[in-house]
Amino acid sequence: MRMTRPLIAFALAGSLFASNAMAAPETYEIDPTHSFINFSISHLGFSFLQGRFNDISGSFVYDADNPRANSITVEVKTASIDSNHAERDKHLRGKDFLNVDKYPTATFKTTSFEPKGEDGVLTGDLTLHGVTKPITIDVTFVGAGKDPWGGYRRGYSGKTTIKRSDWGISYNLGPAAETMDLYFVVEGVRK
Amino acid sequence: MWKSTNDRYGRIARLLHWGMALLLIALFVTGWWATELGYYDPLYRVIPDLHRGLGVLAGALIVLRLAWLLVDRRPALNVSRRWERLAARLGHGLLYLLMVLVPISGYLMSTADGRGVDVFGLFELPALLSPSSGREEWAGRAHYLLAFGGAWLVVLHVAAALKHQFIDRDGTLRKMIG
Repeated sequence: MRMTRPLIAFALAGSLFASNAMAAPETYEIDPTHSFINFSISHLGFSFLQGRFNDISGSFVYDADNPRANSITVEVKTASIDSNHAERDKHLRGKDFLNVDKYPTATFKTTSFEPKGEDGVLTGDLTLHGVTKPITIDVTFVGAGKDPWGGYRRGYSGKTTIKRSDWGISYNLGPAAETMDLYFVVEGVRK
Repeated sequence: MWKSTNDRYGRIARLLHWGMALLLIALFVTGWWATELGYYDPLYRVIPDLHRGLGVLAGALIVLRLAWLLVDRRPALNVSRRWERLAARLGHGLLYLLMVLVPISGYLMSTADGRGVDVFGLFELPALLSPSSGREEWAGRAHYLLAFGGAWLVVLHVAAALKHQFIDRDGTLRKMIG
C-alpha cells in the first residue's frame, strides 16, 4: 500500500501528459471509401437529379484546443462524376459542363473555421472549372472514436449551395437549375 | 437480276448500297446535330433517339451486306493497274471495316452503364456486356474518330466514282445505277 501514493501520482502525471499530447492538432487522412461528395440539382423544377464524385482524396486537421484552426483540404477528380447514366456523365465531363480534359481536378482549401460546439461553419476556396471562389459549408460533427481494426476515426457531414455560373458552368438547364446543392460526408482516419 | 454479274451489281447489292448511303448521311447529320442541341431544344430527345435507332439499323444492314458478299460475286473493277486495284480493294475494305466499327463503338458507349439501346420505341437492343465505368469515354472518342474517318472515306469513294465516270468515262456508275 505504501507504493500506492507515488504510483497514483505517477499515473496522474502520465495521464496529464497524455491529455496534453491528445490535445495537439490531429491530422486525418480522408477515407475515400467512406467519404462522399454528392450533388443535387433541380430537373426542370419537377424533381432532383442526384449524383456524386467517386474519386476523392485529402486530409483534415482537428485541433481540440484551438478549433478555429480546424481545416480540410480535398481534391476531386472531376472525371469521376457519376449521375447513374453513362451518356449523361459523358456530357457532364464535356465542354458544356466540367470540361474535365482541361480541368481534371476540383479542390477545396480551408480559409477559416467558425466553431459552434463540435459543429461549425467552414469557409474556403473552391476551385472548379478553373475558377476559384469562396464558399461556406455548414458542418455537422457525426462521431469520432476507435474503429474495430485498430484505427481512430472522425467524421463530419456538410452542406452548401452553389451557383453554377459563378464557376463558369452556365449551360442552360432552366431557371430552377441555376443553383445546386452539395452534400458531403467525410470520414478520416487519424495518422 | 437479284445477283451481281461481271458488269453490274444485282438488286440486293444495290438495295444495300443505296440504303446504306442514305443511312450514313442521316447518321452523320443526326450524330453531329445531337452534340449541338441545347437542353431546351424540342428535338433534344428526338435527334439522339433517331440516331441510335438508325445506327442499330445500319449495324444490321452491314451484317446483311457482309453475309451477301459471301453469296454474291462482285463486278469486275474498271482498273487494270496494280496499285489502282490495291487502292480500290483497300478503300472498300476500310469502308466495310468502319461500317462495322462505328456502330459497335456507339453501342459500347450507350450501353456502358448496362442500359440497352432503344430502337424507335419498338424494341430494345440489350446491353450484352457488363457495365463498365468510363467505357462511355473511350468508346465515345472512338465513335467520334471512326465516324469522321468513315465520312472522309465516303467522300473519297464518291470522288473516285465520279472520277471514273466523268474523267475516265468508263461507265462505272452504270454498275450501281440503271
